Amino acid sequence: MRQIVRVASWLYALAVYGFIFLPVVVLVLFSLQATSFPIPPFTGPSLRWYNAVLSDPRLTSALVNSLLVASISSLTAVTLGFLSAWGFARFVLPGSGLLRGLITLPLTVSYLIIGMGLLVLFNWAGVPKSLLAAGIGHVVINLPLCFAIIYSQMGDHQINIERAARDLGAPEWKVLLLITVPVMAPAIFAGFFLSMTFSWDEFVISFLLTRFDTTLPVEIWNLLRSGLNPKTNAVGSLVFAVSIILVVLFELTLLRRRKA
Amino acid sequence: MTAPLVDISSVSHRFGHQTVLKNVSLQIEPGSYTILLGPSGSGKTTLLSILGGFVTPSEGKVFIRGEDCTSVPPAKRPTTTVFQDYALFPHMSVGSNVGFGLRMQGVDATTRAARAREALALVGLAAAFDKKPHQLSGGQRQRVALARALVIEPAVLLLDEPLGALDLKLRRQMQDELKAIQKRVGTAFIHVTHDQEEAMALADHCVVMNDGRIEDEGPPERVYARPATRFSATFMGESTILPGTVTEAKNRTSAVATAVGQVSLPSALAVGSAVALGIRPEHLVLGAIGGTARLGTARVSDVVFQGSFKRVLAVSVEDPSLQFIARLPATATVQPGDMVAVSCDTDEIILLTD
Repeated sequence: MRQIVRVASWLYALAVYGFIFLPVVVLVLFSLQATSFPIPPFTGPSLRWYNAVLSDPRLTSALVNSLLVASISSLTAVTLGFLSAWGFARFVLPGSGLLRGLITLPLTVSYLIIGMGLLVLFNWAGVPKSLLAAGIGHVVINLPLCFAIIYSQMGDHQINIERAARDLGAPEWKVLLLITVPVMAPAIFAGFFLSMTFSWDEFVISFLLTRFDTTLPVEIWNLLRSGLNPKTNAVGSLVFAVSIILVVLFELTLLRRRKA
Repeated sequence: MTAPLVDISSVSHRFGHQTVLKNVSLQIEPGSYTILLGPSGSGKTTLLSILGGFVTPSEGKVFIRGEDCTSVPPAKRPTTTVFQDYALFPHMSVGSNVGFGLRMQGVDATTRAARAREALALVGLAAAFDKKPHQLSGGQRQRVALARALVIEPAVLLLDEPLGALDLKLRRQMQDELKAIQKRVGTAFIHVTHDQEEAMALADHCVVMNDGRIEDEGPPERVYARPATRFSATFMGESTILPGTVTEAKNRTSAVATAVGQVSLPSALAVGSAVALGIRPEHLVLGAIGGTARLGTARVSDVVFQGSFKRVLAVSVEDPSLQFIARLPATATVQPGDMVAVSCDTDEIILLTD
């Protein structure tokens, strides 16, 4: 009886993980297909389609665009998120709870709504559809996230450290730069990498707010309109690989934080 | 007559509706070791924060070296603080921690390192220069914090319960070192604690605080031998407190009626006024009538052997609400349940105000 339960639980676990990971496995597997259609039988392995992706100027420029948008928007989001977290943690503000709620609110609003809102706003303000517009959109969705991560790590035990620095003659900007930022570094890096991950494969906002130069997910969508082929699998696998790297970096910075 | 180094003038402070300091005035002499002693909530830490510039008092002024520093920020006043949790910068080496204040003053790296090494040598940690704070023990971190605060040569060093986080043995050892370091550098130290033994061991000037007020201040010997108030008689060391009423006063002696009989005191008091008399444990005599003031009979309720002496608690037969606290030699044969006569020397009775 016990044996059966054990086997059943193993089977269940396999089914769950299979359900989650099978699409990715299939995607990656058929990106290595040697022939022109990503359907069985598997004819690879071959790097033919990766070669095709990297020699496609539209895909490579979209890849560079994506990296630029992700890194610059994440840097902006993490900087603004840090400053607002510091402000909320260190100063008594009127309506602090309400303001904190407002700043994290975009986390609960769908990207579609945010994208549409920005589209209307930019139209009205005369900001053209561009990578800049998409980047601003990514700051809007990632700032609350960075704020939440950094604010949660900004404990009272750092207050005395900052006080000590001030007491020893440090002006406020030096306290921030020499003390608070290095002490908060793990949370700041975690916020940065998570923002990178989200910005990297964000589709809806980029789709709504870019036109000629666009990001990789939008370019992949363009590619998919002409039907499936192993090239889409290859570029999808590349996106997935970068996401994995970013998530691992995020986990590592958080883990190091917990050990310290 | 030189001006005091620090002059706290009629300072009051409120947090919301709660008044934590009530019209406190205090003067600190150069080169002195001042202890602010009191239970938690007595306002001693708030007073230290006001001196350090972390809190601006609701009323009153603070002068340091004759200058009004009441609302000068911590960075700009000649004080440094050693925080209770040491507040070392965890991402910097010990040397950089100690050199931080000098770095903020724009001192070049070579001089900074040399002076940081000197300061670390002063606290006996010369070898720790390149270590990180988390590699050090609690006592060592404490010393680094001290070196970091002393290296910029403040006029006043403020210490917020600096020994609170250390175990007893280390605390007594650091206590001796603190005193030695203070004598060597000659800086005025102001040290907050709730440990009366620490206060007696370290202070040149002991300030007993309670409920936002200064109850008593002076050299610790005086504060112990002749406490001014009932609170300081029970907080700085123990005392038996005997309430009474003045019944007679003539020729600079007064008779005070208490629950255990009449006691005459060598001072002139207003007839009819209520007084409290304090007697230190070492001055109470149990058993044989040894003292000039008889304090009735008591039943011994507890005897605690403490190595060099026995601490004895006894309840008065005449007034069961009165408890005598006595200190007897370790060889005393007293047992719980014994009935003993209680007395003391009239000279040793301390007149307390409430």
